[in-house]
Amino acid sequence: MHMADALLAPAVAATMYVASGVTVGASVRSLRKDENTAKLPTMAVASALVFAGQMINYTIPGTGSSGHLCGGMLLSALLGPQAGFLSMVVILAIQALFFADGGLLALGANCWNMAFYGCFFGYYLIWRPILRSKSGSRAATRVKIILASILGCIVTLQLGAFSVVLETTLSGITELPFGAFVGVMQPIHLAIGLVEGLITAVVLLFVYEARPELLTEVNTAEVKNKCSLKTTLIVLAVAVAVIGGGLSLLASSNPDGLEWSMFGNAEAGYSENMGLDEENYGVSGKAADTAAAIQEKTALMPDYAFANSDSPAGTSTAGLVGSAIVAGTAALICLVGGFFRKKKRAAKIKNS
Amino acid sequence: MDKLSHAQAELREMDALAAEASPLHRLHPLCKLLITAVYIVTLVSFPKYALFPLAVMALFPVVLYQIAGIPMRLCFRKLRFVLPLVCAVGLINPFLDHTPLFLLGNVTVTGGIVSMLTLMGKGILALTASFLLIATTPIDSLCAALRKLHIPAILTTLLLLTYRYIGLMIEEVSVMSQAYALRAPGQRGIHISAWGSFLGQLLLRSIDRATELYHAMLLRGFQGNFFYAEVPPCKLSGAVATAACIAAILCARFVDITGLLGSLFVR
Repeated sequence: MHMADALLAPAVAATMYVASGVTVGASVRSLRKDENTAKLPTMAVASALVFAGQMINYTIPGTGSSGHLCGGMLLSALLGPQAGFLSMVVILAIQALFFADGGLLALGANCWNMAFYGCFFGYYLIWRPILRSKSGSRAATRVKIILASILGCIVTLQLGAFSVVLETTLSGITELPFGAFVGVMQPIHLAIGLVEGLITAVVLLFVYEARPELLTEVNTAEVKNKCSLKTTLIVLAVAVAVIGGGLSLLASSNPDGLEWSMFGNAEAGYSENMGLDEENYGVSGKAADTAAAIQEKTALMPDYAFANSDSPAGTSTAGLVGSAIVAGTAALICLVGGFFRKKKRAAKIKNS
Repeated sequence: MDKLSHAQAELREMDALAAEASPLHRLHPLCKLLITAVYIVTLVSFPKYALFPLAVMALFPVVLYQIAGIPMRLCFRKLRFVLPLVCAVGLINPFLDHTPLFLLGNVTVTGGIVSMLTLMGKGILALTASFLLIATTPIDSLCAALRKLHIPAILTTLLLLTYRYIGLMIEEVSVMSQAYALRAPGQRGIHISAWGSFLGQLLLRSIDRATELYHAMLLRGFQGNFFYAEVPPCKLSGAVATAACIAAILCARFVDITGLLGSLFVR
C-alpha cells in the first residue's frame, strides 16, 4: 500500500504531511508528558522487529500463497497507540529512504494510511473496547485478542486502502474512475487484512501466553489510562478539520470537479453539462480581472496542460526533438562521468 | 532467506556509499534535503501530459550522480523491485484516455499513453532523487539536519536506534529462517503451527535485550537525547550551489526548455 511520489499532487501530499505531522506532534507531546525514556529502546527494537518480520513469509494453509505481519496493530497493542504510531512513522521513513518503498513526498500520506488508522483507529475503537469488555477468564481473553486483531487489521486496512484511492483520485493522476478503483482496492485489502490479522493475532497470543504484562489493556487493573478518550477525540477532530480544510481548498481549485460540472468541457468533446459560458460567468470587473491575471501567473498548475501553448501536448514536435537532445546530453554526461571515474579508480589502484 | 539477505546487503551498500567523499557528500545535509524536496515537489507538479518538458528534469539526477561519483546503474538496480508498483496505476491510462494528442509518423499518440509515460517518468525521477539523498548523506547527518528543522528529538533518536537495530534484527531473523528452512525441507515459508512462536520468541528476547541496553545507556548518562557531532556550518559555496540548483529546477518547470531546444532545429 506504499504510495509513490508520482501518485500524488503537491497539494494533496502537503495536506497529508500536515495531518500526519499534527498526529506526530500530539504523540510526541503525550510521550514527553510521561517523562519516560525507558520506552525508547523498546520502541526501536519493536519497530526493527516489525520491519524484519514483514520480510518473513507465512504460509497460508490450503493455498499456495503467503502473508505478512500487520505492523500497526501489533505495535499499538505492545507499545500503546502514540508510541506505536511513532514507531510506524520511523519504519515508513526508513522504508522510503533506504528501500525506495514509498516516496519521500508521499511519506505524509503513507504515514496516515498505514500508521494512523492502524495505531489510533485500531487501538481506540477496536483493541481497547474489545479487550476491556468484562469477563476475565483466560480463554475469553484469548478469543478477545484474536477478534480484536483480525477485526482491527481488516478495518484499518480497508480505511487505508480507501484513503489511497481518495488521495490518488483527488490528485487527478489516474484515469481510473473512482468507483472502479475502489472496487479493485477494497476486496484485495479485505483478503490481505484477514490474513494479516490472523498472523498478528497468533503472535499476540504467543506474547499473551508467555508475558501477558507486555500487552496493553489486557489486565485493565494494572494499566493506567495514559491518553484519555477526550484527548484522542480532540486529535481526531483537529486531523479531520485539517484534512477537510485542505481537501476542500483543493477541490475548489480543481477544474475536474465542480468547475467541470458547471461549464462542461466542450474542447475535449464532452457534453456541455449546464451550458454555461466560462468566459462570461460570474462577476466581471477590474478587480476580478487582476486577480485572475495574478492567479494565471502564479498557478503551479495552470488550467491547461501547458502555459503559452494551444496543443494539449505542448509544442509536440519541437518537444519531441528537444527531449531527444536532452536524452542524448544525459547519456553523454553519464559516459563522460563513467570515463573519469574509471580513470580515477585506475589512478587510485596505481598509487596504492 | 533471499529477501532478508538482499535487505542486509542493500543497507550495507548504502552505508558504504554515504561514507564516500565527493563535493555532493560534503554539501551540508540541510541543503541536500532542501534541493531534494524542491526537486520532487516540482517534478510532481508537472501536468499529466507534460512528457517532453519533464525530460529536462532528468538532467538533474544525471548531473548530480556524476558529481557524487555514483553510477546511475546502481540506483536502477534498486529500482527494479519498486518500478512495477509505480507503473501499475499508470498502466490503465492508455485504455481510458483516448484523446488524440499528436501524430508520430502515422501513429496517433493518445493522451493515455502520454500520461502513462509521464507518470512513469515522474515515479522514476522521484526515486532517483531520494536515492541520491540517502546515498550521499549518512543517517547521522540526516538526523542532525532534521533536528535543525526542529523535528522532535524522540523521533530522530528513534530513527537512529531503529536503523541500528534493523541490521541486527534482519541478521537474527535470517539465521532463524535459515534454521527453520533447514529443518522443514521443501516447505515454503513458516507453517501455521509456528506462526506465533517464530516471531514471538524473537520479540520477547529482543524486548529483554532492549531493557538491558536501556539500563546500560542510563549508566552512561543517557537522558533521552543523543548528542550529535556538530555538523560544520554551511559554506558560502554550498549555499550558492544550492540556490543555483533550486533556480535551475524552477526554471525547468516554468520554461519549456525542450520545446525551445527543439524549435532551434525544427520549423
